[in-house]
Amino acid sequence: MKSHDIQLDSNGKLQHFLTIEGLKKQMLVDILDYAENFSSLGNRQAKKVPLLRGKTIANLFFEPSTRTRTTFELAAKRLSADVLNININTSATTKGESLLDMLHNLEAMQVDMFVVRHNSSGAAHFIAQHVAPHISVINAGDGRHAHPTQAMLDMFTIRRYKQDFTGLRVAIVGDIMHSRVARSQIHALNTLGVPEIRVIGPQTIIPCEAAHLGVHVYHDMHLGLQGVDVIIMLRLQRERMQGALLPSEHEYFHMYGLTEEKLKMAKADAIVMHPGPINRGVEIESSVADGPQSVILEQVTHGISVRMAVMAMALGRMSVAESNGEQD
Amino acid sequence: MRIKIANGLVIDPANNIEAKQDIYISEGRIAAIGRQPEGFSLDETIDASGCHVIPGIVDLRARLREPGQENKGTIASESRAAAASGITTVCVPPDTTPVIDTTSVVELIHQRANEAGFAKIVTLGALTAGLKGEQLSEMALLKKFGNCVGVSNALEPVSNNLVMRRAMEYAASCDMTIFLHAEDKGLAAGGCAHEGAISTRLGLPGIPEAAETNAIARDLLLIEQTGVRAHFCHISSARAVQMIARAQYDGLPVTADVAAHYLHLTEMDIGFFNSNCHVRPPLRTQRDREALISALATDNLTAICSDHEPHDADAKLAPFSETEPGISALETLLPLALRLTDELSLSDVINRLTAQPAKILGIDAGTLSLGEAADICIYDPEASWIMDSSKMISAGKNSPFEGWELKGKVQHTLLNGKVVYSAK
Repeated sequence: MKSHDIQLDSNGKLQHFLTIEGLKKQMLVDILDYAENFSSLGNRQAKKVPLLRGKTIANLFFEPSTRTRTTFELAAKRLSADVLNININTSATTKGESLLDMLHNLEAMQVDMFVVRHNSSGAAHFIAQHVAPHISVINAGDGRHAHPTQAMLDMFTIRRYKQDFTGLRVAIVGDIMHSRVARSQIHALNTLGVPEIRVIGPQTIIPCEAAHLGVHVYHDMHLGLQGVDVIIMLRLQRERMQGALLPSEHEYFHMYGLTEEKLKMAKADAIVMHPGPINRGVEIESSVADGPQSVILEQVTHGISVRMAVMAMALGRMSVAESNGEQD
Repeated sequence: MRIKIANGLVIDPANNIEAKQDIYISEGRIAAIGRQPEGFSLDETIDASGCHVIPGIVDLRARLREPGQENKGTIASESRAAAASGITTVCVPPDTTPVIDTTSVVELIHQRANEAGFAKIVTLGALTAGLKGEQLSEMALLKKFGNCVGVSNALEPVSNNLVMRRAMEYAASCDMTIFLHAEDKGLAAGGCAHEGAISTRLGLPGIPEAAETNAIARDLLLIEQTGVRAHFCHISSARAVQMIARAQYDGLPVTADVAAHYLHLTEMDIGFFNSNCHVRPPLRTQRDREALISALATDNLTAICSDHEPHDADAKLAPFSETEPGISALETLLPLALRLTDELSLSDVINRLTAQPAKILGIDAGTLSLGEAADICIYDPEASWIMDSSKMISAGKNSPFEGWELKGKVQHTLLNGKVVYSAK
């Protein structure tokens, strides 16, 4: 097992993108800047660039996903890579061995990058530790641990609207405990210099040592939203209503649903974000989700450029190395 | 066979010996310490210059995986690793497959152990039939015909308070010690790491401290009511230590042990999902670790064991929460215990590896008293070595101590006066 930061290659370049934690601020800024270059592509007639022509990217989804998988696929195609979509029924591969066997099979097919979503925390690290050294792994969400591309597209969106991170108050509302998105957002916001991050929710869905992550915990949403510049609403999984975490959707919406009335507590120019898909009437009122302060759909658009940036950085690094060693 | 172990520093805490002396062995037993008996002709001399000579280590808890999980280890492979680690007696918990709830399983284990001939094995019988926590096992028969030294439900918590009360009452009637794994099933459900800073950071489902303390509180109340002699296995938290110390102060017949890894690792060692640090109960905080070490010094924890759980490679080759918990720990037990000599005297360390665990099990072992079986460990306290899991003797290579520089290397292990291991 490598003891150094597994995400970086020997030159300190991004090889795998598994978590925001441990990455330098400049690297995050590079990703955002690079994504800016790609974001104008979507408006052009020909949306493709030939950066990753000849590369093969496998989307390995052990958990169902529409949005994330689609934006990864679009991002890869706009970079001219070949894309394999592999949806795996997790019940068929509960043993680590078969997971590894499958990876080695795909390696044998000369795949250059794995985009992995898995329901266990640490799955992306595990895969990155066991793939052949030339392969890159992008974490598209592992259990409750990390979802770094989602966090980066959120940072991209925030930067678009607020330019500077260093004067912001950001509130994240909802199920922090089970949220890989929240964990990655918190690392990203801290790394980019946001001075005040708040998490808002009842104690049952806030992790016990949340303060260790560098956030302030609020159980009262009115207090928590006071004077914030950015509100990030998290999706509430329906299954959380079981297991004594929350009493009901009705009560949750009353206490922690984002309504126009609660939104007034934030700054007048505050933006409202949500990683999607939205549960209208559970964590957010429709009039807010579709209202003037909502940037939810833009997040989706930005997701493509940010994922292009990450893929190009991780694989572009490889092509430089390869072209040194090959004739053409 | 008459053997002399010459020039070693003999440490025998039960007899208050810590001195450079020679040991004489005859017919598998300790014949003399110090002066050679009259007319004692030697067949062999083992030179123990520079070495410590201690009673063979008594390991309170090690899984040998046989019967049932021979892909992870066998009695032969694991008892051989025990011998190489200076361990001469191993106590096996009842969670084999089939479970040790009938004497025939015990017979099989003893037969295999005798064939291998590397270590003595004692067994704990199941507390409830099939470890299901419903029906009492045949404890009296397991004791009488299987020589089980105690009863335990292994890692399966007995959730039903009434069943636990009855089991304790019955064990008390049989004069058997009950060995408890303190874990509240509901609070621990689905968890794989200490609920704290690391589980929060890595998004791993947590096992709160209360999973341990809640179970201990229930058990202590029932122990008080039933009067059963009880032993708590692998205590992991500071709060649990406090509760046990209080119970001992109040005069309850309660002992407790700690596995060596909890004295050297914390949740921090999980790093980025190192599955070799996935263990049950989970590694907790630095504060907990300190409390466990202090409790050894104050005698609230009287034994250090390996809690050996060898695994096949596949069991650890998966995302953290999907891996099987446990550490292959026989071969690091002695050197890890020897690292505690800042906090404990050397004699106290050895005592917690030998005489104290033997006392908890109620067996004659762990001393160098005259006439006792010559189960002896001779180790070089100055020899340092790098832990390399590929060189482990155990079939399980799952050690979180990979790459650690350890001090203390076993040179010879004697079982009933016979050399069962010698370092090259």
